[in-house]
Amino acid sequence: MTGKNMEMTGAEMVLQAMRDNGVEHIFGYPGGAVLPIYDELHQQDTIEHILVRHEQGAGHMAEGYARSTGKPGVVLVTSGPGATNVVTALQDALMDSIPMVCITGQVPTSLIGTDAFQECDTVGITRPCTKHNWLVKDVNDLARIIHEAFRIATSGRPGPVVVDVPKDVQFATGIYTPKPDVSVKSSYQPKLSGDLDQIRAAVELMAGARRPIIYSGGGVINSGPEASQLLRELVELTGAPITSTLMGLGAYPASGKNWLGMLGMHGAYEANMAMHDCDVMLCIGARFDDRITGRLDAFSPNSKKIHIDIDASSINKIVRVDVPIIGDVGHVLEDMVRLWRASKAPDRKQIADWWSQIGRWRGRNSFAYAANADVIMPQYAIQRLYELTKDRDTYITTEVGQHQMWAAQFYGFEQPNRWMTSGGLGTMGYGFPAAIGVQVAHRDSLVIDIAGDASIQMCIQEMSCAVQHELPVKIFILNNQYMGMVRQWQQLLHGNRLSHSYTESMPDFVKLAEAYGGVGIRCDKPRDLDDAIRTMIDTPQPVIFDCRVASLANCFPMIPSGKAHNDMLLPDEATDEAVASAIDAKGRALV
Amino acid sequence: MNAQHQPTGSAYFIAKETQRPETHTLSVLVANEPGTLARVIGLFSGRGYNIDSLTVSETEHEAHLSRITIVTTATPHVLEQIKAQLERIVPVHRVVDLTVRSHELGHDKPIERELALVKVTGTGDNRVEALRLADAFRAQVIDANTEHFIFEITGRVSKIEQFIAIMKPLGLVEICRTGIAAMNRGPQGM
Repeated sequence: MTGKNMEMTGAEMVLQAMRDNGVEHIFGYPGGAVLPIYDELHQQDTIEHILVRHEQGAGHMAEGYARSTGKPGVVLVTSGPGATNVVTALQDALMDSIPMVCITGQVPTSLIGTDAFQECDTVGITRPCTKHNWLVKDVNDLARIIHEAFRIATSGRPGPVVVDVPKDVQFATGIYTPKPDVSVKSSYQPKLSGDLDQIRAAVELMAGARRPIIYSGGGVINSGPEASQLLRELVELTGAPITSTLMGLGAYPASGKNWLGMLGMHGAYEANMAMHDCDVMLCIGARFDDRITGRLDAFSPNSKKIHIDIDASSINKIVRVDVPIIGDVGHVLEDMVRLWRASKAPDRKQIADWWSQIGRWRGRNSFAYAANADVIMPQYAIQRLYELTKDRDTYITTEVGQHQMWAAQFYGFEQPNRWMTSGGLGTMGYGFPAAIGVQVAHRDSLVIDIAGDASIQMCIQEMSCAVQHELPVKIFILNNQYMGMVRQWQQLLHGNRLSHSYTESMPDFVKLAEAYGGVGIRCDKPRDLDDAIRTMIDTPQPVIFDCRVASLANCFPMIPSGKAHNDMLLPDEATDEAVASAIDAKGRALV
Repeated sequence: MNAQHQPTGSAYFIAKETQRPETHTLSVLVANEPGTLARVIGLFSGRGYNIDSLTVSETEHEAHLSRITIVTTATPHVLEQIKAQLERIVPVHRVVDLTVRSHELGHDKPIERELALVKVTGTGDNRVEALRLADAFRAQVIDANTEHFIFEITGRVSKIEQFIAIMKPLGLVEICRTGIAAMNRGPQGM
């Protein structure tokens, strides 16, 4: 650009800066304080705008888009309620480290602080739920700040950022700052490479291990596909068993021979037992969340722990580790693989006993459930969905609850970026808009939101968005008429008093789909399920699939409240009595 | 297995705290831009950390850098977290735990000073006594008429506390304290 056309309005700058940062899609909703930007959007066609029905939907769409592509998701909303509605999605992205850039309109600078119409303190409200945020008061700062916003959102530990742009700044004319080649913010310089001495110490520990385990998380996915490749290489080289958090599924293929399944509260028995009994734990891009560790003072008591994380504050936050490595997973794994190859590989016999022990744990078949010929078991529904979609180009999102855990247990992920779920915040209503975001980025892929009947109603309005933009997302509802996970906890903790966890008035999901202009399918017989799923896959419109499942099924195995990894409640032990007495009064108070 | 027969805690397991809390002084060098102080304070309130004292002012005008001095009380584990969390804030340049650093340098603790303005009203003996004590504490009179003094006193927190306690019966009406300014001994910078 020449000096002359570097001069433009703030609204033009927003779009120019987005183009300069590679933005192709925006999820947004117009309103008074962003009208100048919407006017600019109208006069160009390089950036596609997806009109949502609620700003929370825009946020989750951006998250799904980001998680499935590795690119930042971009949101554009108005001031006041536009900004407050997106807060849930911002916090969700913060907790799951999803890169998101959210542009909010603001009342004109002269009106800030006067309780103007649709005014709120957006930077104040979003300060704790963003990685960083800005209020732009001078149009000449706008482009620089947007470039910086993209860099901060996508580098280091990714996260959401907010740029609040008052309406007069959008109208004002100023000089556009081109995207800088290097960072200008000297206080923010994330460290990518890990300390080599520490990495060497980690390799030595792993080489000497008799009972090693690799515990990987969402950081591997965030680091990019190369990191997942390197993780697979490391598993192959070391021969160690690998488990993963909910957020890390797909980094190592579910069909891989060293795969133990997901760990944690509803994780596989073999994964949790191996975590408990291991002598060396290699934690890669995970953060020892409380759903993972269970009872902390009994968490993997006899192991040396190595922790790779790009965020120094994650190290020693919950669990004390012996070898901390601060750096990007991809960079650190590259060094680890290189050092492992250069050193003398230990004898595989060293871990043979460990593998036979793991074999015995696997034999417990902890995901077992009682099949039923008349009623669709939720686990069976996921298994069939997996079998019928696994050979396609499929992306899966979920809402939050039992269906989410069953999806994690029974759907096998072979690749990273194929699984979008709300892990940290646990946001009901995440899955459907996230699926729309995925579909925007992958128009020809099969995108399925595995949902619960309660969660799906939290952002159902986005059906209208999916129909408008011809995004053929499939919503696969495991409909048991309950908030299943709430009910499960009420059974465990509150004497089976099912306070407000039953939905007495359920919409007719088939008619609902049709009302929005989509297609509805209902299935309540196991024998009809495969055909119904095939019909769903072959339908070129958005589909709501109302899969009527056993209403009282619970999600097992489970580490009950207050228990350790080696103290799981297994499905065959989960009698009514065991469920009722699994957590005593002290555990109840602490939940 | 046999979950029902095992002792319990919680999935939100609250481990018994075995470390004793310590009081540390942190120096935080930040970019002087809108909202930075709010980020720092919000971090402390949001994550449940204590602030015993907080002082902030721009120290390098050209570079737009401010220095925040925070006195906080926490266990060593939490102190480590506070430092790491502060370093995560985008406009934070550097965080130094002055207390830890002073130990590394072979000192007992960092140098800490506070300034207070103390207004005392009174007549007769009380007035004479207040002036005499202020002199003993090396407090300066910075404003006065026949009914009052404003003293300026600088020193360790304990000295200021003591001065205020002594002034109380002599007609103390108002106190303003700056909070702690701190740095370590020796030629090394922060």
